[in-house]
Amino acid sequence: MADQPVPIAGPLEVAYPTRGTFLEWLHSWVTTVDHKKIGIMYIVYSLFFMMVAGAEAMLIRIQLAIPNNHAISPEMYNELFTMHGTTMVFLVGMPILFGLANYIVPLQIGARDMAFPRLNAFSFWLTAFGGFLLYYSFIGGFGLYGMGNAPDAGWFAYAPLTLRSFSPGHSIDYWAAALILSGFGTLGTAINIIATTLSMRCRGMTLMRMPLFTWLLLVVSGLTLVTITPLTAAQVMLLLDRYAGAHFFDAQAGGSPLLWIHFFWVFGHPEVYVLVLPAFAVANEVIPVFSRKAIFGYPAMVAASVGIGFTSLAVWAHHMFTVGMSAAGNSFFVLSTMVVGIFTGIKMFNWLATMWGGSIRFATPMLFCIGFLFQFLIAGLTGIMLAAAPWDWQLHNSYFLIAHFHYVLVGAIVMCIFAAVYYWYPKAMGRRLSETLGKWHFWVFVIGFHMTFDTMHFVGFLGMPRSIYTYEADRGWNTLNMVISIGAFIQTIGVLIFAWNLVYSYFYGEEAGSDPWDAWTLEWATPSPPPVYNFATEPEVRSRRPLWDIKHPQDPDWKYEP
Amino acid sequence: MSTVPLFTDESWQMPSKGKVAMLSLIIGECGIFGIFLAAYIFYLGHNLSGPTPSILDVPVFNTVCLLSSSLTIWLAERAIERGEIRKFGALWGLTILLGLEFITGTALEWYALIYRDGLTISTNLFGTTFYSLVGLHATHVVVGLVGLTTIMIFTLLGKVRQEHAHRVQVFALYWHFVDAVWVVVFTVVYLVGR
Ligand code: HEM
Ligand SMILES: [Cu+2]
Repeated sequence: MADQPVPIAGPLEVAYPTRGTFLEWLHSWVTTVDHKKIGIMYIVYSLFFMMVAGAEAMLIRIQLAIPNNHAISPEMYNELFTMHGTTMVFLVGMPILFGLANYIVPLQIGARDMAFPRLNAFSFWLTAFGGFLLYYSFIGGFGLYGMGNAPDAGWFAYAPLTLRSFSPGHSIDYWAAALILSGFGTLGTAINIIATTLSMRCRGMTLMRMPLFTWLLLVVSGLTLVTITPLTAAQVMLLLDRYAGAHFFDAQAGGSPLLWIHFFWVFGHPEVYVLVLPAFAVANEVIPVFSRKAIFGYPAMVAASVGIGFTSLAVWAHHMFTVGMSAAGNSFFVLSTMVVGIFTGIKMFNWLATMWGGSIRFATPMLFCIGFLFQFLIAGLTGIMLAAAPWDWQLHNSYFLIAHFHYVLVGAIVMCIFAAVYYWYPKAMGRRLSETLGKWHFWVFVIGFHMTFDTMHFVGFLGMPRSIYTYEADRGWNTLNMVISIGAFIQTIGVLIFAWNLVYSYFYGEEAGSDPWDAWTLEWATPSPPPVYNFATEPEVRSRRPLWDIKHPQDPDWKYEP
Repeated sequence: MSTVPLFTDESWQMPSKGKVAMLSLIIGECGIFGIFLAAYIFYLGHNLSGPTPSILDVPVFNTVCLLSSSLTIWLAERAIERGEIRKFGALWGLTILLGLEFITGTALEWYALIYRDGLTISTNLFGTTFYSLVGLHATHVVVGLVGLTTIMIFTLLGKVRQEHAHRVQVFALYWHFVDAVWVVVFTVVYLVGR
């Protein structure tokens, strides 16, 4: 047999069309069905809303920095924390995960596009419309207080506060309608990702050779199917209550607000896993590449991810220990929640074992992933603490809870989003992000993060509840709150450095070449940025690390893989 | 010496993306139906006033029609696969008729409930949950009928050929789901809940 490498199209010389007029440029983005452009639009959209929701958080922290403060009105305060939470979950976390999936998944599996490119564009525009509709409420809604009003009933929108008698006007309608719309967009993209990963893989890429990033996004998309739909259903019920005179959550007519709490968390808990699994996915790519070792325990990683997917469907009532459940109910949800901890533990150990003995390169993506490992560990531990019902009775809805989930959402998810952007920006833009700015970004952000969220645990212990407008000076919370607010300010500086880096490196960054990190998955076999068709010829793979096989023909992976 | 032989497996086959997507959509739909069913079951027997589920008549004929439409659409799928377009058209039309019968039956049932028994969505919890659950299903039937009719029009125009068998089958999956979920709704609402 002749000596012949696996035929993966190497970097091609591509001629980039010269920029047309602004309108041509705009038209090319608005009408695109290219998965890479849609991916970038998703990411830009969510980074934009990340800034918006970050600004909302800053206003909240200004209000809480000192006792008896009146920097903003109480009505405004309610809107801010509602919009902050809703935005971060639905307009930042979800779209950015779909943006990454859109950009990376087809490249990683050697496909030329998603399975349904037009559905893809349609889903993006639905989601985007939902987001802008939500924000239109600031000018267009009539809320609780009769002014133009944004939603103000918390991101979980507990009934009966959301019913017409308590929330006249349209603020809740904006909340429900915007999320129903973006929910359909989410559903469309999730279906698309599933079809892409199951039906579009290149020759030789069996499921057990698929990169772990793609594996996790497959699990996430599957989970999304059964996560977002219950929320849509519950929101339809809410709108029926508000406009058709139905009584789902109306206690006056025998309906039960408790049912909303159940429905919301049937969505809400799996949702937090929908958000965190993509972070795991990023770590799965970055940690091996920067430790110069293949991922440890690939099958265990796949199994743990699928396990998390299923278990997370059966733990929702750990958000409801204080609502009052039977002893059997409490015990069930305590135990099922602890099981999630086991799967997560498996992953932690696999990442550590991957790093163990590797020659680690401390580039910015890796720094963020190491930060993720530390912070996610602590977040998981406070999660386990809250999963013990008696502990939860004490600390539910205190700042301890806020600290727990921000440790996950910021300490793990946002950190991994940053890692992903540093890691894949060279692929998408053809230039690397500045490492110097990147290191500044990392350290400033991490310091701010710990000032804010470590301290929140302690105000929580001291009894400060979530969502309060202000507090008396004699509670002993003053210094801690000041520290939290200063930390938030420092994080903002970190994010601004990041934003500056994105813009600066677009023009002045170092040329990346097709494979700046010496990585192993197929996306690095294309030029940066990849041409519209991705691969000139359809690649064929024989192992989990096709580029390793090409670079090391004497010692290819497929000799050792089953 | 190193050789990486070309990948030799010529039988590289992936599942159909249309079917995968439709099945995913169906899983998602199960989430929506699951929530409405849960609400129905949760509120059984919690009415403070007014008509209760005992006023319902079991829609046997309707159900038989809807379920047999699954059979006719399946026969239609087989016909188009073999290229028997006329037979396909006839069976497809029959499926539409059965679907129309079902939706008419539901309309008559609702008419009676509203004007004879005075039950509306705002009357009590039974009205709320009944109309929303059965209405959710009826909405799916209507969407299905629109799809079926579109394909019927193309068939009558002579645009549907044997090579479209796969697409037709993907769509038929949706109709099978609409029928299957009726079995669940029917059992919960008319058999267990009454
Ligand atoms: C080992 C893993 C985890 C465990 C055992 C765990 C456990 C818990 C428990 C028991 C609560 C309820 C506390 C209460 O309501 O008093 C909770 C709340 C929460 N967790 Fe976790 N958690 C884990 C991971 C995560 C992850 C990965 C995320 C996000 C991506 C997350 C986000 C949240 C959120 C958002 C809340 C509170 C929502 C709210 O009330 O507004 N958790 N967690
Ligand atoms: Cu949870």
